[in-house]
Amino acid sequence: MALAFTKSLAAFCTWLEQTPVSQTIQATSWVVPAVQSVHILAIAVVASSALMIDLRLVRLVGTDQTIDDVLGRFLPFLWWALLALLATGTIMIIGEPARSLLNPAFQLKMMLLASALIVTWLLQFLQRRFAAGGDLASEYQRTAVMVAVASMLLWASIIFAGRWIAYYS
Amino acid sequence: MEIGHALAWLQSTAIAKTIAENEILFPWIESIHVLAVVLVIGTISVVDLRLLCIASVRRPVSQVLHDVLPLTWGAFALAALSGALLFSSNATTYAGNFFFRGKLVLLCLAGLNMARFHLLGSRDVAQWESSSRTPAAAKLAGAVSLAIWISVVVFGRWTGFTLH
Repeated sequence: MALAFTKSLAAFCTWLEQTPVSQTIQATSWVVPAVQSVHILAIAVVASSALMIDLRLVRLVGTDQTIDDVLGRFLPFLWWALLALLATGTIMIIGEPARSLLNPAFQLKMMLLASALIVTWLLQFLQRRFAAGGDLASEYQRTAVMVAVASMLLWASIIFAGRWIAYYS
Repeated sequence: MEIGHALAWLQSTAIAKTIAENEILFPWIESIHVLAVVLVIGTISVVDLRLLCIASVRRPVSQVLHDVLPLTWGAFALAALSGALLFSSNATTYAGNFFFRGKLVLLCLAGLNMARFHLLGSRDVAQWESSSRTPAAAKLAGAVSLAIWISVVVFGRWTGFTLH
């Protein structure tokens, strides 16, 4: 079953590679580096926004603000930047289908990304359910610390996996 | 030429050769470099957006600086260290690359912009830091900082693409 899936994926990549859009991207030398640069800048927004939120959750930074304030400041940037990552990522997949979709580092990155998105959503859920706008009740502080650490490790791992795509090509 | 000899020597050191020849070491150091760089630009943009009155507008500037700058400096130290190690492994080639040299120039400009702000622009910060409007000099420092760091990322990416 896994083999059948891989074969279908490879066939899809071959088809995608032949499309006019993909051919144009492949033929225009500056598109990939330009799109990658935007991708990296969007990563900077996501990683830093997540960092500021996580540091507030573990009460290391910005304790003069409520968690709601910090979420309100950084979550919009985080979600919009994720949208930019989706857009630039899609362009890169279309331009180089096999290099991304069939690449183990890319596949790992996507699984880590799914986990990071779940953790980010979990953060928002925790805040809505268990806080009265201020800090989490003390019995949830340990959970908050675990979620924050998981978040930081996941985003860092995603960045590493992204860099390693080039080394598995 | 003196610099050429220095670069060739640097490349021939044990640590430089280990990084260049080890298949795993270079990608790991490079990944750390990318993580550090994105955190530098990501965190400094929090400060810049405050100076431009675009985000965190209700927080005093000094509070934003207090929260963010230690993170920026920590990330920068990591970026500089990992960058130095990567550079040493292929010093001559990097030194000859237009985009790499451009990146170093941009880093100097970023430093100058920051120094100018801290020495001149922020002297009277207590007077305006809690208002929703910042002086033109502060706005300029924020805008220049953002422009420079975005360019650093672009030049860094282009270095990889044009390395021979």
